[in-house]
Amino acid sequence: MSDIILKTVGLYKQFGALSAVDHATIDFKQSEVHVIIGPNGAGKTTLINLLSGDLLPTGGTIHYKDQEITDLPPDQISLLGIGRSYQKTNIFPEFTCKENCWLAGQSRQGSSMKFFKAASRLKEVHVRAEKGLEMAGLTSQANTVASAMSYGEQRQLEIAMMLATEPDLLLLDEPLAGMGTEEATEVTKLIKKLSEDHTIILIEHDMDAVFAVADTLTVMVNGAVLETGTPEQIRASKAVQEAYLGDEDGDH
Amino acid sequence: MTQEKIMRFILIGFVAILAAGPLYLETYYTELFIHMMVLGIFAMSLDLLIGYTGLVSFGHAAFFGLAGYLLAIVTPETEPTAIWISLPVVLAGCAIAAAVIGWFSVRTSGIYFIMITLAFAQMFFYYFNENNDLGGSDGMFISNKPLVGWGDFQFLDLENTTSLYYLVFAGLLASYFLLRTILNAPFGQVIKGIKANEHRTKALGYNTQNYKLVVFIIAGTMAGFAGFLEAASSGIVSPGNLHWHHSGIVIMLVILGGMGTLYGAVFGAFILTLLQDKYTGMVELMPDFMSGMADHWHLFQGIFIILVVLLVPNGAVSLLAKISQALGKKEDAK
Amino acid sequence: MDFSTFLIQVLNGFQYGFLLFLVASGLTLVFGIMGIINLAHGAFYMLGAYLTYWLIGYTGNLFLAILGGILIMAVLGYLIERLAISYLYDRDHLHQVLLTYGLILIIDDLQKILWGTDFYSVPVPEILAGGIQMTENQEYPIYRLFISVVCMILAAGLYVLINKTKLGMMIRAGASNREMSQALGIDISKIFAIVFSLGVTLAAFSGMIGSPISSVFPGMGSEILIVSFVVVVVGGIGSVKGAFVGAMIIGLADTFGTVLLPEFASVVVYAVMAIVLLWRPQGLFGQT
Repeated sequence: MSDIILKTVGLYKQFGALSAVDHATIDFKQSEVHVIIGPNGAGKTTLINLLSGDLLPTGGTIHYKDQEITDLPPDQISLLGIGRSYQKTNIFPEFTCKENCWLAGQSRQGSSMKFFKAASRLKEVHVRAEKGLEMAGLTSQANTVASAMSYGEQRQLEIAMMLATEPDLLLLDEPLAGMGTEEATEVTKLIKKLSEDHTIILIEHDMDAVFAVADTLTVMVNGAVLETGTPEQIRASKAVQEAYLGDEDGDH
Repeated sequence: MTQEKIMRFILIGFVAILAAGPLYLETYYTELFIHMMVLGIFAMSLDLLIGYTGLVSFGHAAFFGLAGYLLAIVTPETEPTAIWISLPVVLAGCAIAAAVIGWFSVRTSGIYFIMITLAFAQMFFYYFNENNDLGGSDGMFISNKPLVGWGDFQFLDLENTTSLYYLVFAGLLASYFLLRTILNAPFGQVIKGIKANEHRTKALGYNTQNYKLVVFIIAGTMAGFAGFLEAASSGIVSPGNLHWHHSGIVIMLVILGGMGTLYGAVFGAFILTLLQDKYTGMVELMPDFMSGMADHWHLFQGIFIILVVLLVPNGAVSLLAKISQALGKKEDAK
Repeated sequence: MDFSTFLIQVLNGFQYGFLLFLVASGLTLVFGIMGIINLAHGAFYMLGAYLTYWLIGYTGNLFLAILGGILIMAVLGYLIERLAISYLYDRDHLHQVLLTYGLILIIDDLQKILWGTDFYSVPVPEILAGGIQMTENQEYPIYRLFISVVCMILAAGLYVLINKTKLGMMIRAGASNREMSQALGIDISKIFAIVFSLGVTLAAFSGMIGSPISSVFPGMGSEILIVSFVVVVVGGIGSVKGAFVGAMIIGLADTFGTVLLPEFASVVVYAVMAIVLLWRPQGLFGQT
C-alpha cells in the first residue's frame, strides 16, 4: 500500500442539512492522474476544498504520505507539497504575472520573516517563478499585470503559480473551465506532461480531456462515491451510466 | 521627464528643504516642522498597515500616546534619563501592547478589524484618562528632555531646538528607509500579497495571521517611536494623544497624501498641519466678531475630509502623478 | 451586596443594556443592510440629546420635544445619505469610515457653536417622576423602568418590521442580493436612504429618551459609539439578535463592573469583548 500518496477515510462535510461530501473513502495512488467526475452539486469542489484545507471536514480523516492532515490549515498543507488551482480564478490581480509567481516561489524559501535582505536577490525564487511561467506558457506575459489579461490567461497563471510552489501532488479544480478550444488543448497537454512527475487529482467536466489524461476515475453523486476504477471500468459500469454518463449521452 | 523622475525630483527637493530647515525657519516654524515630521513618521507607520497590508487600524494613536506616557514614567522630575534607556523601554512597551492588541485583532478582518482596534485603543484612552496617578485628563509633564550622551558628556542637547530638529529629521529618514527595506524584503512581498488576496497568500503556504501580527507590531512600535519624539519635544503627554480622534486624523493624513507610497503620508502630515496653521493665522487677521472661528478648526477639517473623500479619494500623490503625466505628454509631443 | 441592591443593579444593567441595544441596532442595521460602518452614529445620539434639551425649552414637554427631534433627525439622516453616503457604496470601507468621521467633526463643532461646552440636564417628566419602593431606604426610579419598557416595545417593533412587513422583506432582499432586488423592481437606493434615516433616528431617539438620566454633554457621542462597537463586535456584526444579546451582556458587565471592580470599571467591557473574541472571533451571532 506504500504507493498510496493520499487517502480519505469516511470523509464527510455537512452544510446545515446537506451532506456536501458523504463519507467518501478514496485512495489516490502515487504518480497517477486521478480524475473525479460527477454532475454539478456532486460535492467535487467541496472534496478538493477539504483536501487543501480550505474547509474543515465535519468528520472522517485525510492522510497524506504517512501523516494525518485532516485539520491542518491551507498554508501547512501547501508546505507539505500539495498545490492547488482554483475553479474561480484566485490570483493577485494587481501584481504582474512574474510577481504572482514570485510570491508563490518565495513560499518554498523557508520563512519569509526576513526584513533586511532584498527579496529580488533570492535567485532560487527567480528560477522557480520563471519555471512556473514557462511551463504554463506565460513567459512572454511575465511583466503583464494579471488583471489586464484574458480570462484564459488568468487560468494559466493560476496553474503557473501552483507550479512555482514545486508541489508533488496537484489538486486541479476544473482547470479548463472558461477556456477556448485552443487554450484547452494546450492545458490538457500540460496536464499530460505534468503527470510524468506529479500525482494529480483533477476535477473536470470536459469528457474528452478526462479520458485523455485519466489513469483512475472516481464518480461522485450527491456527495457520495459511486464508483472508482480505470476509465474502461467506469465506461462499462451500469451504475455509472445510469447515474451520470447515461444522462450525458442523452444530451448529445 | 518620466513620472518617476519627476517624483524623485520632488522628493529630493523636499528632503533638501527639510535638511536646511533651521537655517531659514523662525523658531515657531522650526517647532512646527518638528511636529510635522513626527506626524509624518506616525502616518508612515500607519501606511504600512493600511496602504501595504490592507489592515485599516482605527486605534493607531494608542501606541503613539502610550509611548509618551512610558517616557513620562521613566523620566524623573529631577534629572534627565539617557535616551539609550528611555527609547528602548518605550519601544519595547509599545511592541508588547501591539502584540497583545494585534493578537486579538488580526484574527478578524475588514470592518471587524476597524472596530476592534478602535475599541481597544479607547480602552487605553479611558485607562489613562481616569488614572489620577498618571495625571488623569490633564496628562503628564516630561520635565527633562532625554539625554543624548554618557554621564556628563552630552552629544546632542535636545533643549536646543536645532539639535532636536535634526534628531527628528534623522528619525524621519531612518523610518522611511527602514520601511522601504522591509517592503523590499521577502516579508514585504508577503504583506503586499495579503493586501491583494489574503486567501491566496495563505493557500500558497504563508501563515498570514503571523505575518499580519508581525506587521502590526512593527507599525505599532514605529508609532511608538513617533510618540516618543512628540512627547520628548513637547514635554507633555495627555490622553488626547491616544484618543480615537487622533487615530482618525492620522488615517486622514495617509489618505490625503495617498496611501501605499510612504512619502505620501509625510506629505499628508505637512499639508494638513500647514493648512491648520494658515487657518488659525488667517482667523487672527479677521475682524473681531469672527475671531471665535479659531476654535472651530474641526468644522473645517470635517468639511475638508468629506471633500477629499468624495473628490480626491486617491490622495495628493495621485494628483502629482496626474500632473507629471500631463507634463510628460507635453514633452513627448515636442 | 444584599439582595435588593443586587436586584437594583440587575435592573440598572438591563436598562442600560436596552438603551445600548437601541443605539447598536441602528449601527448593525445600517452595516448589515448597506455595508456601511457609520462612525457618526454616536454623534447622532448626542444630537438627539441636545435637540431634546433645546426643544424642551420651547415646548416644555419631553414627549413633544422627542417627537420634534425624531422628525428633524429622520430628515437629517435622509439628507446625509442622499448628499454624501450614497456616493460611497462601491468604495472601500476606508473611505466610508473616513467620511462618517468627517461628519463627526462637523457635528461636534456645530454642537459647540449652538450649545457651547456646558453640561445640561433634562428634567424627568412629572408623570414618570418618583420611584418604586424596594426596601425601606431604596427605591427604583420609574423613569428607568419606562426606558426599559419603551426599548422593549421598540425592539419588538423592529423585529416585526424586519421579519413581517413588505419594507422589511425588501430590506432583507436588498441585504442578501442587490442585483436581484433591482431586477425585481425594488428601488434599492430608496431603501438605503430609508434604512440610513432609520438608523440615525434610532441613535438619536436613544439619546433623547436617555437624556433625563444622563446629562447632556459634548463627549457623550463618542462614549456611546465605542460601547456600541463593543456590543456589535460581541453580538456579531450585522445581526440584530446579536446586538440585543450583546447589549444585555455589556449592560450587565458595565453595571456590575462599576460596583464590584471600581478601579477597573473602564476596562471591564473591553475584557468581556476580548474573552468573547477569543472564543468566537466573529461574535456570538456573526457569520463566518
